[in-house]
Amino acid sequence: MSMFKKTVSTVFVFTSLSLGLASLAQSQSVGLGTPVSESQLGSLDRIVGPDGSGLPSGSGSAVEGQLVYEAKCQACHGAEGEGTSGNTRIVGGDMQSADTPIRTVGSFWPYATTIFDYVRRAMPADAPKSLTDTEVYQVTAYVLYMNGIINQSTVLNSETLAAIEMPNREGFIDQSQIQ
Amino acid sequence: MSKTISTLEKVAGNGVINRRHLLGLGLGGAGLAVTNSVIAADNSLSFETPSWSRQPGPGASGYGARSSHTEHLQRLAGNPNPVYPGGGSSRSPLQHLQGTITPNSLHFERHHAGIPDIDASRHNLVINGLVRQPLAFSYDDLLKYPMVSKIHFLECSGNSGALTSATPADGTVQSLHGLVSCAEWTGIPLSILLDEAGVLPGARWISAVGADAASMGRSVPINKALDDVLLALYQNGEPVRPEQGFPMRLLVPGWEGNLNVKWLTQIKLTPGPSNFRDETSKYTDTLADRTSLQFTYPMGCKSLITSPSGQMALDRQGLYQITGIAWSGAGSIRHVEVSADGGQTWADALIESHQSDRALTRFRIPWQWQGGNAVLQSRATDDRGNVQPTRSALLAERGVINRYHYHGIQSWSVVDSGEVSNVYV
Repeated sequence: MSMFKKTVSTVFVFTSLSLGLASLAQSQSVGLGTPVSESQLGSLDRIVGPDGSGLPSGSGSAVEGQLVYEAKCQACHGAEGEGTSGNTRIVGGDMQSADTPIRTVGSFWPYATTIFDYVRRAMPADAPKSLTDTEVYQVTAYVLYMNGIINQSTVLNSETLAAIEMPNREGFIDQSQIQ
Repeated sequence: MSKTISTLEKVAGNGVINRRHLLGLGLGGAGLAVTNSVIAADNSLSFETPSWSRQPGPGASGYGARSSHTEHLQRLAGNPNPVYPGGGSSRSPLQHLQGTITPNSLHFERHHAGIPDIDASRHNLVINGLVRQPLAFSYDDLLKYPMVSKIHFLECSGNSGALTSATPADGTVQSLHGLVSCAEWTGIPLSILLDEAGVLPGARWISAVGADAASMGRSVPINKALDDVLLALYQNGEPVRPEQGFPMRLLVPGWEGNLNVKWLTQIKLTPGPSNFRDETSKYTDTLADRTSLQFTYPMGCKSLITSPSGQMALDRQGLYQITGIAWSGAGSIRHVEVSADGGQTWADALIESHQSDRALTRFRIPWQWQGGNAVLQSRATDDRGNVQPTRSALLAERGVINRYHYHGIQSWSVVDSGEVSNVYV
């Protein structure tokens, strides 16, 4: 521990005794955060918003995505996206079916940007973050193509991906105001 | 001093006894002892000096372990799923626990890509997005910030989902409801760190992301983040366990477990929710009309009888103590009622623990079983006036598609043989 940090720690103890916990939370910040720039965060910030914010440069279509899918995704998600378990089915389903509806990317997900975000951060499950941004665009396109949402030749990039209207986009009711 | 069962005041049908008798009854053990007025001498009891009184035991140690005679207390983990390496959950053994604090080793788990082995000295928490100055905090720096300690439950929003099935599952309180636990969490009010970065006017939400292999993310409204959310660094006094997010996790009091992002490494302030996979594809509540509730945050007012409970067996007629836990994501528990006749008549249980805000509360009430059938239920009411609904009322309101956020009244059937099982009434 450096001498500087010891000093900071001592000052803090004095503050907490004199102000008490309630006012401490409102008091001057301890100020130990290190300033950083957005540009230096790099891959730490992988968040892609539904408005397309955070999407990287690059592009891809389902034609290329099929190759990525067959190599990296098909073992769990099946040749047609039918999955190998309830949680891995990503194609088909009908939210208006008489039986319990099957929630897939095509039938349920409200935003296409979520596919890119999730694949880039968490897939493939046995090697997450191993795909390039271009491969993520490609496989996102292939998943959307398998669901009949885009054409095989549609090129996805940071603008076209965010513009896609998913079939169940209006199927959600925001409850966040209930707190 | 013991009393005869006949002098105990019955306060609800089928043998529920006034909670005030608990104070003088001397009910023993985990709720299954019988007290009679006449205790005959038991000549089979042995008072020979046991071996452990004849030789010194091992001395003090650097890290404690539980008794070798309590090793049957285990979390119940699901089978590994090769499709999701490291994914899955384990459930707390609620039927064997007392009090309100879950031991760290028995706190329920839910992972989306396993438990990362994080070197805290190489871990940073970054706050970026709509802030005046993006900041990075090292673990050592965070330890120097003012902290507060709060006792709060955590409950997976998928807890008790099996109760939405058409036929009652055969299970224990652990297998059916074990995705709830409670701990004292010590950490930094997130508002302190957000203020330091400087929240810009357009920031309406935060996106919290973990450092696990799934880099799991969730969105939280900014007013909640600035209100009572903690960056938790300690769990029951020790550094947060790896399976609970070491070196740090988000602690979002009262709200669904998945929001309490573990292994937290990024908080990004945004104009709206990020609509991560785990707040769109998962953790959304599809209703009968096929619309889906999104961002359903506070966990419902809920209680469970943990003993007697599913797959236990009452071994003799007589006096038992019914005990269990209650909690609410909206506030503290005001009272808990217990029924032994499937909800026809109710009596107030003794609250024998603290009644803290959004924490587990322990209740207890005596009950006389004279053989025959009984259906044991508990019903919690919180300090906001929320009353735990019956299963049928809850499903009538929400339909049967949704398996998240189930908080209906649990019914345990006791039959003449003494066997206890999960039933619907």
